[in-house]
Amino acid sequence: MIEIDRLSRRFGDQLAVDDVSMTIERGTITVIVGTSGSGKSTTLRMINRLIEPTGGAIRIDGVDTKTLQPDILRRRIGYVIQGHGLFPHWTVARNIAAVPHLLGWDKARIDRRVSELLTLFQLDPALYAGKFPHELSGGQQQRVGVARGLAAEPEVLLMDEPFGALDPVIRAKAQEDLLAIHERFGTTIVLVTHDMEEAVMLADRIAVMDGGKLLQYDRPEAILGAPAAGFVEQLIANGERPFRLLSLAYVADLAEPGTAEGTPITATTNLRDALSQLIWTRRDAAPVVGADGIDLGIVRLSRVLAEAGCPL
Amino acid sequence: MTVTLLRLAVVLVLAAFLVDPHLFQPLFEPLTQNGAPAIYDRTPFWQLAMAHLGIVLLAAVLATIVAVGMAIFVTRPAGREFLPFSRSLANIGQTVPPVAVLALAVPSVGFGLKPTLIALFLYGLLPIFENALAGLSEVPAPVVEAARGMGMNARQRLFGVELPLALPVILEGVRISTIVNVGTATLGSTVAAKGLGEVIVAGLLSSNDAFILQGGIVVALMAILIYDALGAVVRNAARRSGLARTGDKI
Ligand SMILES: Nc1ncnc2c1ncn2[C@@H]1O[C@H](COP(=O)(O)OP(=O)(O)OP(=O)(O)O)[C@@H](O)[C@H]1O
Ligand SMILES: [Mg+2]
Repeated sequence: MIEIDRLSRRFGDQLAVDDVSMTIERGTITVIVGTSGSGKSTTLRMINRLIEPTGGAIRIDGVDTKTLQPDILRRRIGYVIQGHGLFPHWTVARNIAAVPHLLGWDKARIDRRVSELLTLFQLDPALYAGKFPHELSGGQQQRVGVARGLAAEPEVLLMDEPFGALDPVIRAKAQEDLLAIHERFGTTIVLVTHDMEEAVMLADRIAVMDGGKLLQYDRPEAILGAPAAGFVEQLIANGERPFRLLSLAYVADLAEPGTAEGTPITATTNLRDALSQLIWTRRDAAPVVGADGIDLGIVRLSRVLAEAGCPL
Repeated sequence: MTVTLLRLAVVLVLAAFLVDPHLFQPLFEPLTQNGAPAIYDRTPFWQLAMAHLGIVLLAAVLATIVAVGMAIFVTRPAGREFLPFSRSLANIGQTVPPVAVLALAVPSVGFGLKPTLIALFLYGLLPIFENALAGLSEVPAPVVEAARGMGMNARQRLFGVELPLALPVILEGVRISTIVNVGTATLGSTVAAKGLGEVIVAGLLSSNDAFILQGGIVVALMAILIYDALGAVVRNAARRSGLARTGDKI
């Protein structure tokens, strides 16, 4: 658990972060969104003390981070940045091994971990371990960057616009990968982005910042359904809002008894994709099946549309 | 291919001359008058070349240590305010002509090796310092940020990341400094330091163009070969740094 307690950071006359408090539960994904200059990175970088707060405190599992030596603290916290920051003079394997190396892991353990992570990120170790960063595509570099952040099995992973430099297709893939990784390792993730779409897709909790202040900190459904008046409302009030709401719920929740024609939709599909399929195939309802092909009834277009509207 | 052949030819000619300069006697004879000797032989050429090279390399090593040390210091948070000061210091080393340094140094350290070393050291400082400064400040910011973020301490960042990435640019500075000093070191002979300048000075004193020419040629060939060899070292370092920045241009 990370407790951010009345955190502030002043640069000269400017309050880059202004009295921010939030509690991040263990094993969750928290996404900080906001426009440029809103203080997202500054907040994130105070968690691993790359920036020292000018006010307030941060406690990780009850321990005030001020009481720890910064380098030691950082080795326990994964850190992934935009543009990956891979060491160009080190191989992929050596890059991933950076923190385990600093922690003095033995070679066999490091090798095992590097192979495990490369495989997890769909990079064949035999092929990629010995390559240098400049021999990889942007998407591959980014995956190595995330693998490096996870190498020492950190309990907390900080990510500052990790997918900012990727094209939309690779980006969606990277987001899915991150969710899968999170599922597997249960790492507490704090991610910064200015993309609301990304926030909604990834977050258990969204923190909206503006002008250094934390405006709203809540579950994505609540942010979309009951945005705080003012900036948050403006941020989400656009043509995408109903679709974002839909992307948070799944067909399984709306399945009802009945029969319908056409290709079935799987229960784990989100409502946004389900809506898209119903519209495209010109149907009012479609059969629903479980992952194992079991018949779960049908989903109706009208029910899906009802979910997309403004909460009453 | 042709470059390799040319390089080989230069090496062979230089080696042949150093081993037995009299082989080249017929070439230099037309330049002499009144039966003056065509080949300088008061000291064997290879000894002069070794002494010459030795003093240049010693100056290069000392200048590299000091210049890189200075560049590291002024790129740390604690030393940042000394940047303008160290810049002007290195600049003075370059602006004051080596001849003047020799003239100024002789009264306090005497004749021979010492004043020459001082002059070459000061003259070679600036290119290395400027390049080391450029190299260290050009290390990509995200890379340094990542190194800090993963918990490398200042020493680990410097030796593990910053210096290896700046190395090609630093070596390029060493290369420039060294080859300039291969020529400048001939001045050492005016204060009785052993070196190839001796041949040129002897030629000037006795109006023997053959001496002047053979001294000049040997110095020039050595400079070319050193430049070439250090170029290969720089390219190799650039390749290893994975940045392939300096490597492209050379
Ligand atoms: N080292 C610094 N010195 C002075 N001002 C700074 C420093 N770092 C950040 N700031 C200022 O603090 C404010 C918040 O910056 P921060 O980097 O946290 O914004 P951000 O939300 O991450 O923006 P972006 O989306 O553009 O990355 C900005 O106005 C920035 O100019
Ligand atoms: Mg930022």
